[in-house]
Amino acid sequence: MIFKSPKTLHALPLLLAAVLAVPTMAAAPALRDRMKVPNVVPPLDPNEVTVLPVRDNIYMLTTSAGNITVHFGDGGVMIIDSGDGTLTPKVLAAIRALTSRPIAYVVNTSAEAEHIGGNADLARAGSPPGVPDADPQIAHVVAHEAASLRMQKASPDQKAIDSAGWPFVTYFVDTLEMYFSGTPVQLIHVPAARTDGDTLVVFRRPDVVSTGDIFSPDRYPVIRPERGGSLKGTIDALNRLLDITVPEDLQEGGTLVIPGHGRLCDEGEVVEYRDMLTVVRERISDLIRQGKTLEQVLAAKPTLDYDGMYGSTQGPWTTTQFITAAYRELAKK
Amino acid sequence: MRSQVPRCLSALVTLGATLLSALTPAHAQVNLAGGWGFRFHEDYSDRWPGPRAGDYMGLPINDAARMAADSWNPALITMPERQCIPHPSDYGTRSPANLVWWNEVDPGTQRIIAWKFRLSWMSPERTIWMDGRPHPPENTRHTRQGFSTGKWVGDTLVTWTTHLKLGYIKRNGVPRSDRATFSEHWMRNGPYLTLATIVYDPVYLTVPHISTQTFVQDDTLQRLARPCYPTIEVPREKGLVPTTLPWANPDLKELALETGLPLSVVRGGTDMTYPEFIMTLSTLPGTPPAAR
Repeated sequence: MIFKSPKTLHALPLLLAAVLAVPTMAAAPALRDRMKVPNVVPPLDPNEVTVLPVRDNIYMLTTSAGNITVHFGDGGVMIIDSGDGTLTPKVLAAIRALTSRPIAYVVNTSAEAEHIGGNADLARAGSPPGVPDADPQIAHVVAHEAASLRMQKASPDQKAIDSAGWPFVTYFVDTLEMYFSGTPVQLIHVPAARTDGDTLVVFRRPDVVSTGDIFSPDRYPVIRPERGGSLKGTIDALNRLLDITVPEDLQEGGTLVIPGHGRLCDEGEVVEYRDMLTVVRERISDLIRQGKTLEQVLAAKPTLDYDGMYGSTQGPWTTTQFITAAYRELAKK
Repeated sequence: MRSQVPRCLSALVTLGATLLSALTPAHAQVNLAGGWGFRFHEDYSDRWPGPRAGDYMGLPINDAARMAADSWNPALITMPERQCIPHPSDYGTRSPANLVWWNEVDPGTQRIIAWKFRLSWMSPERTIWMDGRPHPPENTRHTRQGFSTGKWVGDTLVTWTTHLKLGYIKRNGVPRSDRATFSEHWMRNGPYLTLATIVYDPVYLTVPHISTQTFVQDDTLQRLARPCYPTIEVPREKGLVPTTLPWANPDLKELALETGLPLSVVRGGTDMTYPEFIMTLSTLPGTPPAAR
């Protein structure tokens, strides 16, 4: 019967296709469901240490107190900054999961508490570079001389740390060069930035820079004039950092930048950060030229467009504190 | 009767093909491979000549975004650090750019692992992972193209993109933050490819920003190389960043003065993203001719 009705036969596939399409359409989510923002990025646990491979044998350890850089090879392990000390056992466990080589160096990018709190325990867990059987068994801590001096004496807002965490190697010139585990490592002093003892650490062969708190993509820089820091020095340090970084393609990638806090970056974020600070300096300077007081400058919200990315209304360093520090420095001129 | 047999066979073959196509997995119903040429019938003046300084009309932006855009200086793109930066991925498909799509398949299963496309201007390349992989953790590097995953919802390719660097939703300085994410809805209708992009930005947008663009199939298009090398175009003092003080930008009223539109409208806002705003607009006083 069906063979006698070709018209029906030709219509059948269309009918079948229509029937099959119904469940497909029913499965399509409603428009309102499509508009939801899915939480697809897993958040970090503030009580844990997260290990992120950076390049070659360099890893970034993320903690709630800041980032720690780990570089290892035949010469042992070099650590850049040691956190605030609260997660040191977990930091050590994370390093041991990467390598069993002894910790040889703990380098500090500044003397700020959240970067040196684990110095003593991590140093004690290591041994001097090239002398694994030495007595005492302690890794060498390295820092700029100004940072070293600040670690050794208490200040009104920061205690002196355990002497085991004091620097064994210091430098007072522009640059200290080391060759460690297959790569040249340059420690570059950037004066009067966050403090007077800040260091950029450049790993030349893997092309990675560890910046300490000179740069963090998620917060305004802390400026501590009482510890020799300044906005001008911070901007100068960022310009020095941009002289070092070289992007790979379309002005991203290439030199990788491990910031003091926040995600792994490249030159792109450093440019935005340098530009932000330069623009904020220009605005506050203009308001000062207009004769505005600090209260009037704060009311003018000169950082409003950046606050959503870098600002904070609570915690140890607020937007108000940042603007105040910048104002006081610029008003002196 | 004799003449009906081939027609019946034809009908059976068609039926079989339909059944087979119905059994095909739900992914990859639509082939996107090939070239797609841009068309500017929609939002022409914004997309081809480019927007005027201070024109934020129709954008659901907040005061922070306005301040960033008011401070934007076009000389920024002459800085060596910025000369070779392509448009961010959410804006790139809206810019004057053709697309060339291709896919990457698993050699064993022949399933599509990723859809990729390259834009003509500056040749940035997007990868949309289709293999169900998760987005990376938040401390991973952000890029200008971001990290995208996709899935087919019916015949629409729906993507999610995270891990973006700071970008813009209009190329006169209206910013899009590095906290933003966006979805895309790619819909092919024969030789036409329509894209709806929805940007979610907790820093600069008051509600999601939606835009649509259309492309037309063009198999003559080729992937292009990246011939950009930054150099010193304008000698400047080291560290100088071109900027405009937001409270002293002379260009912000230009559009309102020329068109007579109310300045409050030119400055953008949530209300004007809805069609009924046209009723409100008719009640607002325009910028007086005397001020023009």
